[in-house]
Amino acid sequence: MTLELANVTKNIGAEPHIFETSLSFAPGRFNILLGATNAGKTTLIKLMAGLERPTSGEVRVDGHNVTGISPQKRNIALVHQFFINYPHMTVYENIASPLRVAGMERAELDRRVRKAADVLQLGPMLERRPQELSGGQQQRAAIARAIVKDSTAVFLDEPLANLDYKLREELREQLPEILGERGSVVVYATSDPTEALLLGGYTALVHEGRITQFGPTSTIYRSPANLISARVFSDPPINLGHVEKRGSNIHFGTISWEATGEAINLRDGKYTMGIRPHHVSPTQPAEFSIPVTDRVKITELSGSESVAYFSLEGSDWVSLSAGTHPFEVGKEHEFYLMPKRCFYFGPDGTLAAKGSSDG
Amino acid sequence: MKPRNLVPIIYILFLLLPIYWLIAMSFKTTNEILGGFSLFPQDFTLDNYRTIFTEPVWYWGYFNSILYVSLNTVISLVAALPAAYAFSRYSFIGDKHLFFWLLTNRMAPAAVFALPFFQLYSSVGLFDTHLAVALAHCLFNIPLAVWILEGFMSSVPKELDETAYVDGYSFHRFFITVFIPSIKAGVGVAAFFCFMFSWVELLLAKTLTAVDAKPIAATMTRTASSAGYELGLLAAAGVLTIIPGAIVIYFVRNYIAKGFALGRV
Repeated sequence: MTLELANVTKNIGAEPHIFETSLSFAPGRFNILLGATNAGKTTLIKLMAGLERPTSGEVRVDGHNVTGISPQKRNIALVHQFFINYPHMTVYENIASPLRVAGMERAELDRRVRKAADVLQLGPMLERRPQELSGGQQQRAAIARAIVKDSTAVFLDEPLANLDYKLREELREQLPEILGERGSVVVYATSDPTEALLLGGYTALVHEGRITQFGPTSTIYRSPANLISARVFSDPPINLGHVEKRGSNIHFGTISWEATGEAINLRDGKYTMGIRPHHVSPTQPAEFSIPVTDRVKITELSGSESVAYFSLEGSDWVSLSAGTHPFEVGKEHEFYLMPKRCFYFGPDGTLAAKGSSDG
Repeated sequence: MKPRNLVPIIYILFLLLPIYWLIAMSFKTTNEILGGFSLFPQDFTLDNYRTIFTEPVWYWGYFNSILYVSLNTVISLVAALPAAYAFSRYSFIGDKHLFFWLLTNRMAPAAVFALPFFQLYSSVGLFDTHLAVALAHCLFNIPLAVWILEGFMSSVPKELDETAYVDGYSFHRFFITVFIPSIKAGVGVAAFFCFMFSWVELLLAKTLTAVDAKPIAATMTRTASSAGYELGLLAAAGVLTIIPGAIVIYFVRNYIAKGFALGRV
């Protein structure tokens, strides 16, 4: 089945929360809603699940309008960011509850509950109560409850956001496997661009109540349709600079380089350039690069990545690189921009050209 | 013993002194009580309790009290659970004012309502029934129960409701089989306070009853005046009046702490 939003809007009070949105989600793959907190991801999920009614527009399943139908009758499943389980029931009863409500006979119910519990490694915890489990196990129980019935759609609203790093990675690896083999539509909301890339599938970028771009995750990562999409799909924030194309060269303040890729055919004029932080390297990369030198303002080191903040031509820039680099705050460091990784946006914010020439 | 323990010990002794005195008196004869000062019963007797358990005027007093108190607790909870849910989950015009107004019902002395209730119940034939007292006590117990339950309900995330709807629960099934069990501590605390306030309330209970539904506290005051000083008997009745409250508080003692934490008790 397919799940479709047709010209849906949602106002809360007089204030528009979701602007006119049309989306179509196909089964059998991950459909990701990527956007910052408060962008409207949860509202979109609630609209699709029937927990909220759209102000205008329709929600369709296989072309049928289901807008007014209550969530109880929609045969869907939902996993929240917070670990929501029924506190007075055992894990077994929690997982069984959607089937019990549906009136399934006992043997089949028991078989399914045990299968779902096996998939999510909850076998030994079935007789415990949710509050006796760790956060990761509680969320596993919630996911088990979501997959135990043959729902037509499964919604996951930032299911990994409240888990610690290790559990998040572990569950993220398993989720496509757990959810993928079913014929249901999977809609997965996240605020983490890396998570979207790792999960693959299709991604809709959500920004302040609007869908700014929708398509295969890797495609929209490589070709953001506009400045907002490029910003949403970058963490840390994408670096921006005002550039001018003159002849065959791109001029960025005092720096200039020869245009590459699609940018070769870019008309002369002023553009906003965007480049993701990990394409501003503190070491000289193998590909064509432009060195810039600046004083490092702040650095952050995590175990596997180094982040350096500096300012370039009047705006704040970030460099993100693998490994640990000995940045010294207040000292000049050399960074290398990779022109092939640049995006050039026109004055209206839409993508004019990329520094590369791939799709 | 450390000196700093002295203060709480003295405090507790002072608190327990009247209760001890009551219990001691209940095992004395009236003559001994009036005769002079004695710390322990010199002439230990169970006659006072025997009287209460054998004379219908006395034991019916307890039955009546327990009947209307239980009735009131049930009515209060049944009415307050959906009301508290509405206050906790929905926003509607005037919700905050209405919620505060519930509390203001407790600000008037019960005496204010005694006359209108008496007249109203007399004219509809409810006078001297258990239901009359139970309903009258709802006046202050329903707002109290709503106030307590709303605190507990608001501590349950709204996502629980949504998850249940998506899992296929109808509202009623969700409310009864999922929601109420998950706030059972709050239900316990609310029930306890309804029970206590109804149990100790004397003025309305006395005004709205004559013979058939006469509460124990009313029996105690009348006996004191008609049959002279039966202090031993009264003390025994007093001891028996404390017991139900003590039993109920034993069951909800852990929940009450949670209610304090939510700021609703």
